[in-house]
Amino acid sequence: MTLLGLLERKPSYGYDLKRDYDGFFGRGKPLQFGQVYATLARLARDGKVSAGDSEPGGGPDRKRYFITEAGVAEVDAWLAETAEPEPHLQAVLFTKVILALLLGRPAESYLDAQRAAHLRRMRELTALKRAGGPLDTYLADYGLFHLEADLRWIDMTAARLDKLAEEVRR
Amino acid sequence: MNGAGMNEGYVNENFVNEGCVLEAREIVKSFGSTPALRGASVAVGRGEILAVMGPSGSGKSTLLHCLAGILVPDGGQVLFGGQRLDTMKENPRSALRRDKFGFVFQFGQLVPELTAEENVALPLLLAGARRAEAVRKARAWFPRLGLDGLERNRSGEMSGGEAQRVALARGLVADPEVLFADEPTGSLDSLAGERVMDLLTAAARDQGTTVVLVTHEPRVAAYADREIIVRDGVVTTTPAAPAASAAAAFGTGRGGS
Repeated sequence: MTLLGLLERKPSYGYDLKRDYDGFFGRGKPLQFGQVYATLARLARDGKVSAGDSEPGGGPDRKRYFITEAGVAEVDAWLAETAEPEPHLQAVLFTKVILALLLGRPAESYLDAQRAAHLRRMRELTALKRAGGPLDTYLADYGLFHLEADLRWIDMTAARLDKLAEEVRR
Repeated sequence: MNGAGMNEGYVNENFVNEGCVLEAREIVKSFGSTPALRGASVAVGRGEILAVMGPSGSGKSTLLHCLAGILVPDGGQVLFGGQRLDTMKENPRSALRRDKFGFVFQFGQLVPELTAEENVALPLLLAGARRAEAVRKARAWFPRLGLDGLERNRSGEMSGGEAQRVALARGLVADPEVLFADEPTGSLDSLAGERVMDLLTAAARDQGTTVVLVTHEPRVAAYADREIIVRDGVVTTTPAAPAASAAAAFGTGRGGS
């Protein structure tokens, strides 16, 4: 999904995609070329991207890839969908915010929707805590504190979106 | 299994028509040349516990003060039970505040010279109750809030959590229609704060009291029925999440990807 999003930004060669991905999202875990081409092949098969003609020089990385309308729709739907509120989803949130800013999509409204989803889950956990036994309390607390950490990140990010957008679009 | 319907309270429209007890319509309020509220609207349902969230300086406390008739907005309307609070004269407005509203603030603001039970009895005494009767009613709150034995203590002789529970008793003793709570756990640690919120929401549910709860803490807001976010002086309505992931958020299963 991330590669598809990057393709919406501009038609790219596999090599450019890898470089962009590593720059924005890699964080010490660079993408393998094989993975890039396998993903592009799958996306092409599903009609989400189309490949341009091979250019002189040959080889798989001499093809430029374009996102299709179906691909754009998929990026759109993915960004707007809230992630299931649970610990350890920060990477997904981070990716969505950066992609939304790169594409000029409404990052703030995605964050708002996610905040509402998180709070809804926190209400459920609070209710569970009040109705359940001691064990439920400890489990619910664990979830509540982790979701709260996400929410703090969401709030800080929302407050800094302008700066982040500048940074990302440079 | 109809959890979804019950929890959709964060959509503003739910409480607007039926059973709306308190409402702000497009209210505007500035302090000098600094705008605090720029057309804020919210409707609070009878018996609802509403969390008002937002960054510092967003206007959430100003919104609470306008809803409670402490501040008069520069524009827009505030309605309590169909009555205009914003156009009401000072005296009837104070009387209404005393008779219908209860308050809890971040720092309990107990009167240090008075004992705990005298502090709790204050709203009743101010409303003209006889002293013995007021103290008797005040005392009844102590066991309810886990404060047995502290009736004669002064605020310096209690922990922060205890003092805050005394303040909560004072806010509820006159059986208000609406309890306004401004960061009621703000000065407490997690455990003491949780105790206050447990008791506050249980008592409010018990008496059918409507609660307007200003907080920046998500774990406190999670005690409410729904939340609104105040940002730059307006109330942000949250866009509904796509159906698939909303279902997932209710823990009923993972939404398809």
